[in-house]
Amino acid sequence: MASPMMTRDAMQQLSTRILAMNTADEMRVNITSGASGNTRFAAGDITTSGDVEDTVISITSTVGGRRASSTTNLMDDASLKRAVETAERLARLSPVDPELVPELGPQQYQTINANNADVSNLDAGARAQAVEQLIAAARAPGGAMPIDPASLFVAGFLDASSAARGIATSKGLFAYHASTDVSLSCTARTPDGTGSGYAAAGGRAWTTVDPAGLGRRAAQKALASRNPVAIEPGRYTVILEPRAVADFVPLLMGSFNARSADEGRSPFSRKGGGTRLGEKIADERVTLLSDPFDPDLLGQPFDNDGLPLKRVVWIENGVLRNLAYSRFWAAKKGVEPNSGGGGGGGGGFGRNPAGLKLTGGTRSVDELIAGTSRGVLVTHFFYIRSLDPRTVQLTGLTRDGTFLIENGRITRSIKNFRWNDSPLLSLARLADIGKAEPVESGVVMPALKINDFTFSSLSDAV
Amino acid sequence: MTSRRDFLKTAAIGAVAAAGTARIARADTLLNPWSTSTGDPMANEVALAAIQAAKDAGASYSDARVGRYRRQFVAAREHQITGVSDSESFGIGVRALVNGAWGFAATRDVSREGAVRVAQQAVKVARAAKAVTHTPVVLAPTPAVTGSWRTPVQQDPIDVPIEDKVALLLAANEAALKVPGVRFANSGLALLREEKTLATTDGTLITQTFVRVGPSFTVTAIGDGDFQSYTEEMAPRGSGWEYVTSLDMVGNAPRWAAIAAEKLTAKSVDVGRYDLILDPTNLWLTIHESVGHATELDRARGYEADYAGTTFVAPPEKMLGKLKYGSRLMNIQADRTQKDSLSRCAWDDEGVAADSWLLIKDGVFHDYQTVRDQAPAIAPLNGVNHSHGCSFADSWDSVQFQRMPNVSLLPGEHDTTIDDIIADTDNGVVIKNRGSWSIDQQRYNFQFSGQAFYEVKKGKITGMLKDVAYQARTPDFWSSMDMIGGKRSYWMGGTFTDGKGQPSQSSSVSHGCVPARFRQVNIINTARNV
Repeated sequence: MASPMMTRDAMQQLSTRILAMNTADEMRVNITSGASGNTRFAAGDITTSGDVEDTVISITSTVGGRRASSTTNLMDDASLKRAVETAERLARLSPVDPELVPELGPQQYQTINANNADVSNLDAGARAQAVEQLIAAARAPGGAMPIDPASLFVAGFLDASSAARGIATSKGLFAYHASTDVSLSCTARTPDGTGSGYAAAGGRAWTTVDPAGLGRRAAQKALASRNPVAIEPGRYTVILEPRAVADFVPLLMGSFNARSADEGRSPFSRKGGGTRLGEKIADERVTLLSDPFDPDLLGQPFDNDGLPLKRVVWIENGVLRNLAYSRFWAAKKGVEPNSGGGGGGGGGFGRNPAGLKLTGGTRSVDELIAGTSRGVLVTHFFYIRSLDPRTVQLTGLTRDGTFLIENGRITRSIKNFRWNDSPLLSLARLADIGKAEPVESGVVMPALKINDFTFSSLSDAV
Repeated sequence: MTSRRDFLKTAAIGAVAAAGTARIARADTLLNPWSTSTGDPMANEVALAAIQAAKDAGASYSDARVGRYRRQFVAAREHQITGVSDSESFGIGVRALVNGAWGFAATRDVSREGAVRVAQQAVKVARAAKAVTHTPVVLAPTPAVTGSWRTPVQQDPIDVPIEDKVALLLAANEAALKVPGVRFANSGLALLREEKTLATTDGTLITQTFVRVGPSFTVTAIGDGDFQSYTEEMAPRGSGWEYVTSLDMVGNAPRWAAIAAEKLTAKSVDVGRYDLILDPTNLWLTIHESVGHATELDRARGYEADYAGTTFVAPPEKMLGKLKYGSRLMNIQADRTQKDSLSRCAWDDEGVAADSWLLIKDGVFHDYQTVRDQAPAIAPLNGVNHSHGCSFADSWDSVQFQRMPNVSLLPGEHDTTIDDIIADTDNGVVIKNRGSWSIDQQRYNFQFSGQAFYEVKKGKITGMLKDVAYQARTPDFWSSMDMIGGKRSYWMGGTFTDGKGQPSQSSSVSHGCVPARFRQVNIINTARNV
């Protein structure tokens, strides 16, 4: 892209310019500047491809215990002044916020190098080349193919972005972090419409992605999943591949909100009051953590307020160790804050800026399969929604490669299922745990073998 | 599936602004949607410069959209305001077709120079894509149009004083919290004004201003080791502030709160097959998922295979006029014309005039939703040579693609009400409002919940139920529909956040419907003991 993300100096200059316009008691400026390029393909052709650049400036003003924010992407002085005035005007008009915490002063941050030129340089030509490699590999002849692989329908998406985030406050805080993010996913479908396979990879660097390898894997799954047979819904031992685990387990994170637990509306509320901190809530092989400095995660060293983020172990050897405390709730409870101002454990969908890692064991997916007498192998999940927040009961579907395991090996392709189950209860029914691996930027998950997973109905979808 | 780019977009959604640019229009101007003038001269000039630059660089077709998106959010919990924000995002996105391949580029630099640079970039991206585009894009013809249109409103919601918005939410929460057992109340307002100028190399130059309002209200009651929430179905609309005030949030809040409290003592449902009576506040979303998304032509052609999925309504040659989708009572209309609806417009993001057509006719699949580069693929099958006008982009920095228009279940011939349906039902469950929703990637197997559930025995409501969800297979479900409401019971729901595409885009869409009965549907119990 023509205009790269803003440097630390440029961001500091811009924020200084905006802070000079402040007439409120306090001001915070959040800036996100970035560029992204994406290429989408289907039926073996590129269908859309685009390059986008933007800089978004958010101004949060506090006046007499009242706070409001305004956001703009216009950077001339008049527009910035208007945005500052809007935030201040809205703040003055808002009621006093009894939960307001002051803006932070200067903080110490450790630098995290999550910025890779191989991602920011991935232009439309390089992206097209990667897509071509992927499609060619998916359709390449080889082995005993039941159908001509050249007839496979291949669709997918490559997205590469660079973003710089900066925060400055009228109390002297300045934070800056630059990162890149790349992901490539693909779905191969057989021409008779009975087989579909999925593969995806991503991370901070382009080296985390092997386009040809992904194409081969999706094609192999598509071919192997042809003509699925229906087996009865019910409770099955399942092996969830790391991608499926990454669809499932991070959905727990919204439940780690300390305030909700204290208020009695969380699975981590203790009956009769208080929280379940210190209780065993999962199998002892389960350790779940966020750590921006973990080389596998390379998260962001601060939250939206500029609060430095640290390593937080949510579940340690099956025991609930930490809940997510916003600065307000932490002060009220006399503990250290450990998450963004909103107070969630990184939000309902696990996008914790500090990343999320479920530490694993040593076994490969193949070894987990070899150790299973009867079970279902799941490639990934689709359309997951909450059913009951009291137990984190969710519903969703399997997709793009669901197989029956019998006597330690995959014996046939089976129809997809709708499932109704809970990541929390599933972690308590763990049968085995695979080796953890990066799934996407800031997310590391192992394969999991779970007992008695509830498949509630069949889906005809391929 | 959230990307860094989503993050950027989310950051932008926190935004505000532009008190200085807010146009104070007179009420008569606000209510008259049409004008022959073409909006902001600066936006026109920049958009025209962009398409000319694309043409000069070798594009056979190009369009440019200059967009200014103004959004305001106010949120409250209990007795306090938890967020007030106002955002503005302004930029230009240019699409170029070169040798039958698409390219797109977008920038926040809305100047003549910025427009030329980004148009040349779009051409460069298209040339790179050409290497992996073997089937050239063909566009359905559309007449050139000029003019402007805006959502007719009595009061532009962005211009309403913030004090009024704050006072409304706090008063609604206050009223709810007086109900015994109710401990938490969350309310909010999402208010939008979007201005878009579109220029195309076919000679189109148009400006549209969309106004949308989305109020929300949720209460939570706490019982003995239990908690239950109730969210009122406050349909977002393409309307002004007058729609928000018409909902009487303060007056209704105690009634809504009482439902949450009542759920604490409701009977947990027994699993089994029941006759399901769906209120329009629940049915609209089932239509959205099981009919709206299933009849998108890009899904039928596999373009969404890697993300949102494909559809069982494929291939087109085996489906058009042939597939039995549901009972004869099922007539589903697509349109961008319904008053107060979210996807109402005068033209889509390719300059195609708003259309209205049937997707399902007397229970049989009739037609798809289309855009200019997809319509030619089925023209020999359905005889429709033009696009139905379903092209839409959620921002200046998103490329336009096929998005759902309003998709609505038309009323039955008789003046039937939900009470008539209840009176006619021996063993049923009534479901109101949207709860949880999930459907597979080909739109067969779905499972939906609600917010309030009532047991029906021998023609009467006998009590409240909880932990209810219904699960079915789309064609079986729609074939089981044997009773539907008449015109009087028509109601329109909708959403601001219909997700599709890579990178994921969010669109606003409404769904009108009447209450309906579905025979012998599988009901499951969603509760589980820890």
